Amino acid sequence: MGKIVLKDIRKTFGDVVVIPGVNLTIEDGQFVVFVGPSGCGKSTLLRLIAGLEDQTGGHIAIDDIDVTDAPPAKRGLSMVFQSYALYPHMSVRSNIAFGLKMAGMPKDEIAKKVDHAAKMLNLGDYIDRRPGQLSGGQRQRVAIGRAIVREPKAFLFDEPLSNLDAALRVQMRQEITKLHQDLKTTMIYVTHDQVEALTMADKIVVLNRGNIEQVGSPLELYESPRNLFVAKFIGSPTMNTFSGPEAQRRGAATIGIRPEHMIVSRTDGDWKGTVSIAEHLGSDTFLYLDVPGVGPITVRADGEAGFHAGDTVYVSPVSARMHRFDESGMAFK
Amino acid sequence: MATSETRLAGRILAAPSILLLLIWMIVPLALTVYFSLLHYNLLDGYAQSSFTGVNNFYYFIKDPAFLTSIWNTFVLVGSVLVITVLGGIGMGLLLDQDIWGQGPARIMVIAPFFVMATVSALIWKNLFMNPISGLFAWVSTSFGFTPIDWFTDYPMVAIIIIVAWQWLPFAALIFMTALQSLDGEQKDAAQMDGAPPISYFAYIVLPHLARPITVVILIESIFLLGIFAEIFVTTGGGPGLATTNLPFLVYREALLKYDVGGAAAGGLIAVVIANIVSIFLTRLVGKNLES
Ligand SMILES: Nc1ncnc2c1ncn2[C@@H]1O[C@H](COP(=O)(O)OP(=O)(O)OP(=O)(O)O)[C@@H](O)[C@H]1O
Ligand SMILES: [Mg+2]
Repeated sequence: MGKIVLKDIRKTFGDVVVIPGVNLTIEDGQFVVFVGPSGCGKSTLLRLIAGLEDQTGGHIAIDDIDVTDAPPAKRGLSMVFQSYALYPHMSVRSNIAFGLKMAGMPKDEIAKKVDHAAKMLNLGDYIDRRPGQLSGGQRQRVAIGRAIVREPKAFLFDEPLSNLDAALRVQMRQEITKLHQDLKTTMIYVTHDQVEALTMADKIVVLNRGNIEQVGSPLELYESPRNLFVAKFIGSPTMNTFSGPEAQRRGAATIGIRPEHMIVSRTDGDWKGTVSIAEHLGSDTFLYLDVPGVGPITVRADGEAGFHAGDTVYVSPVSARMHRFDESGMAFK
Repeated sequence: MATSETRLAGRILAAPSILLLLIWMIVPLALTVYFSLLHYNLLDGYAQSSFTGVNNFYYFIKDPAFLTSIWNTFVLVGSVLVITVLGGIGMGLLLDQDIWGQGPARIMVIAPFFVMATVSALIWKNLFMNPISGLFAWVSTSFGFTPIDWFTDYPMVAIIIIVAWQWLPFAALIFMTALQSLDGEQKDAAQMDGAPPISYFAYIVLPHLARPITVVILIESIFLLGIFAEIFVTTGGGPGLATTNLPFLVYREALLKYDVGGAAAGGLIAVVIANIVSIFLTRLVGKNLES
């Protein structure tokens, strides 16, 4: 079990309001990702749930039991830290066993659990080494092992992959996803990498300055962002937005269209522009266009389309894929 | 630093200072060795001195004061080490807390380190431990106890207190900086693991302090083996031989008996003992630094 409910959670550091008031329900077994720009309060919110930070106001319940004032160890949660936070003087085995030892579990039972976790994460080869003798990816695995053995109600991850290189990040991402499928335990995962968010999450929580901008499945956020912030934050490259005559013509303060939702042509279309930069990624080509009267636009073209800087290009937005926003930046329903 | 040219240049540039250091070290050492083999008393003058072989060593070691002084040296060094390491860890932990007035508190703690040995010893002797006008005497009389005459009844304890007071800030400073380098997320992780404060200290903080502890022990013992000023201005090595350590015995030999040869022999013995201790300690430290 691992249902987590946040009710009016507030956090201030002195005069600085970091989290003005958050209400959120995380169902048992869900994989929830907190995304948002740097400094928006993701880590703080996670640490509040963990109990590592005292909330200024509000309540937290885990499995319908109020844990607002419970110390971290009593909440039954495990956390994986960005810097791994392994104990450098202990072997991998002792690192993983430490929490169980503190809980007063008998030695043979600890050994059994540690071995099980080690097997699950392929730690066998370096179980007796110190963290200092491991690579970044191995350390991260040990940190996950330490989280697993405690059989928590939920896992909390704070940007666990941000210190790894790109290839390893993809691999670990898949391992964590698989771990979630195997264990079916609630996971809360903090990242500012939207690819991680979109690929891993059942439910994404988009945070901005401590406020929840939108909660939804990856597809929901992509297809119907509730406001301009979410629209621009989710999706890569970012959604093109225009205010001005083009928007007014469609009865909105701002309109938005994703780079992949435009038709590119050499001969005719709604907007005529010049390619200023062409990024060839193999499968796709991203074109950065200057369109007089509309502004700069990013569009996705085929990898084989063969556009180059200086070419003249026509683009037409697919109107069904157009997003319209009012003056306050909220999407029209 | 990688190419052979830069290495050669480095050697040439370093040569003068190494040469100077060598002379600096070799000349006094050679002279000491030379004197230690002479029967040379200042009252008679250098002209009257004569070669006596290892007699000076023989008499220095045979002197009952020698064993006493060695024992005193180890008692002094050992006790001060224990007090400063334990006290230093305690103070380091306190100073590492987020408390109001942290900055001034840290400066005040470090202050004793800047007080000259003779000055602090005199302050302790006359202002604190004096059995008639000292602060401690005043405190015990106001509670109705008889004041302790520190330098008569507990001379070694008194010296240990003074020296420990001087070296506590050094240890506290080293431990405090070490504690500050302890990763905050490790503390969080230990909290998530449910480690109570004592376990957190024993399993996380203490191992983290292993290196600074060995460094403090090494540095302090080098200095503590040569403690002299504090003894000189307070007890003068007495009563009897109660606070005579090895350096003080050498001093007595040279300047009270005017026996240069005997003092030189004693000095060399002190050098040998200090070397044995430091080899032993560096081994110990080395082992600790590797892991
Ligand atoms: N102990 C603290 N005292 C004062 N302000 C703090 C403290 N901890 C965090 N903050 C502030 O709270 C805000 C949110 O911090 P938080 O670490 O939660 O951001 P984040 O979303 O995790 O960012 P990142 O993606 O960079 O990790 C920041 O503006 C930060 O400056
Ligand atoms: Mg963060």
